[in-house]
Amino acid sequence: MSLRLTALDALHRSLGATMTDFAGWDMPLRYGSEREEHLAVRTKAGLFDLSHMGEITVSGPQAGEFLDHALVGFISALGVLRARYTMICREDGGILDDLIVYRTAENEYMVVANASNAQVVLDALAARTEGFDVQVRDDRDAYALIAVQGPEANGILGSVTDADLPGLKYYALLPATVAGKDVWLARTGYTGEDGFEIFCAPADAAHLWTALTEAGADKGLVPCGLSCRDTLRLEAGMPLYGHELTTELTPFDAGLGRVVRFDKTTNGGEFVGRKALEAAAAQAEANPPRKLVGLVSDGKRVPRAEYTVVAGDGTPIGTITSGSPSPTLGKPIAIAYVDAAHAEPGTAVAVDVRGKHEPVEVVALPFYKRAR
Amino acid sequence: MSNPTHLQYTEEHEWLTTAEVGAVATVGITAHAADALGDIVYVQLPEVGDTVTAGETCGELESTKSVSDLFSPATGEVTEVNQAVIDDPALVNAEAFEGAWLFKVRVEATDKLLSAEEYTAFIGG
Repeated sequence: MSLRLTALDALHRSLGATMTDFAGWDMPLRYGSEREEHLAVRTKAGLFDLSHMGEITVSGPQAGEFLDHALVGFISALGVLRARYTMICREDGGILDDLIVYRTAENEYMVVANASNAQVVLDALAARTEGFDVQVRDDRDAYALIAVQGPEANGILGSVTDADLPGLKYYALLPATVAGKDVWLARTGYTGEDGFEIFCAPADAAHLWTALTEAGADKGLVPCGLSCRDTLRLEAGMPLYGHELTTELTPFDAGLGRVVRFDKTTNGGEFVGRKALEAAAAQAEANPPRKLVGLVSDGKRVPRAEYTVVAGDGTPIGTITSGSPSPTLGKPIAIAYVDAAHAEPGTAVAVDVRGKHEPVEVVALPFYKRAR
Repeated sequence: MSNPTHLQYTEEHEWLTTAEVGAVATVGITAHAADALGDIVYVQLPEVGDTVTAGETCGELESTKSVSDLFSPATGEVTEVNQAVIDDPALVNAEAFEGAWLFKVRVEATDKLLSAEEYTAFIGG
């Protein structure tokens, strides 16, 4: 099967990007040094092509109630032009995907799924519509997605739009004109920095990318690939589907039980997975099996996904889900599920790095939090 | 990127300065390999006095995204390692063919080596 190309493919190639297969899409991994791209987002700004993300439009008189039923969040309680981080679970509580839901109108929502799960989410939503006056529309081909992230993002975007950026709250969106093109402009992102995500027509993507590149030229904006996106989100302690989140885990296992809203007032309080999630919540409260923690190493070798975490006596106590050198901290970091008895910040444990036990310390997530 | 013609190469992307038995060869990895790895953050090299074997693992290179074995292009005793690269692994990305040599080995034997032209063709350049 050939890889899907984004509307910005020619631009990436002209910029000399190293491309990679990501969930069936040919995506830029990095343009030059992923470390420099990472640091640019922390100190100046970075420009990302995220057109592989899966947009699904849910509309109709019962769109909100339907999403309350299909997802774990209290979506109908979301204000118009606001966004929320949420999840879609199976009947048994297993996580199908983590999502951002944008309420674009009174009776319309845009659900953004991970590229690798977009079809799964689409199918699950479609299968859950029975009894609701709602339409679920596959809008994956309708949007390209460009993100501007970093402390300079506000100034850069502000120079090519009349939209009220200072008035746009975190996790809010508005219809706007950017560089002459109609877009959905959202103050969301996945880097731990202030920034914006711009949903646009694919035909407009190259124009917007170029306009933003020019607007950011003297502000340190650089194009950024998926490699630094991953290290940025890891430092920010954000979970990645397939690593920290899987169908084998519930939101409570992942320490994200707060996204499950048992207090929904629609559908009689029922939603897909409720029963299993109530049990998971009770177990997490009374006797959590494993906890998601951060690990920091003073060494140089990097704890990577699937490496085993061990106690001082060498007993296996957990598994790394994501690990990388942290460009901001200057040392290796990792996220891991470890037995609750070893999950307290400050606990000294070790990681089996290809046969050698490298000492690491348990820390609270996130590793990095921007100053506000 | 061009591969210097005075060096010889392996299909594992190492270069060395000489294959002459008894001579001391300087060993590194190619710019192509360094670029493919991405930002290199950790380099583990053999120690002075170790005997390395052509085609076998003698260390590792760790980048942001992955770990790669370092293979020795020659059999022989290691006579020197480049401390500058251990201290600053990013040198490998910056100067693969010059400052970022990895170790020196007194050559006893080598496996099949490629000329710069052959290596360039091998990597599809």
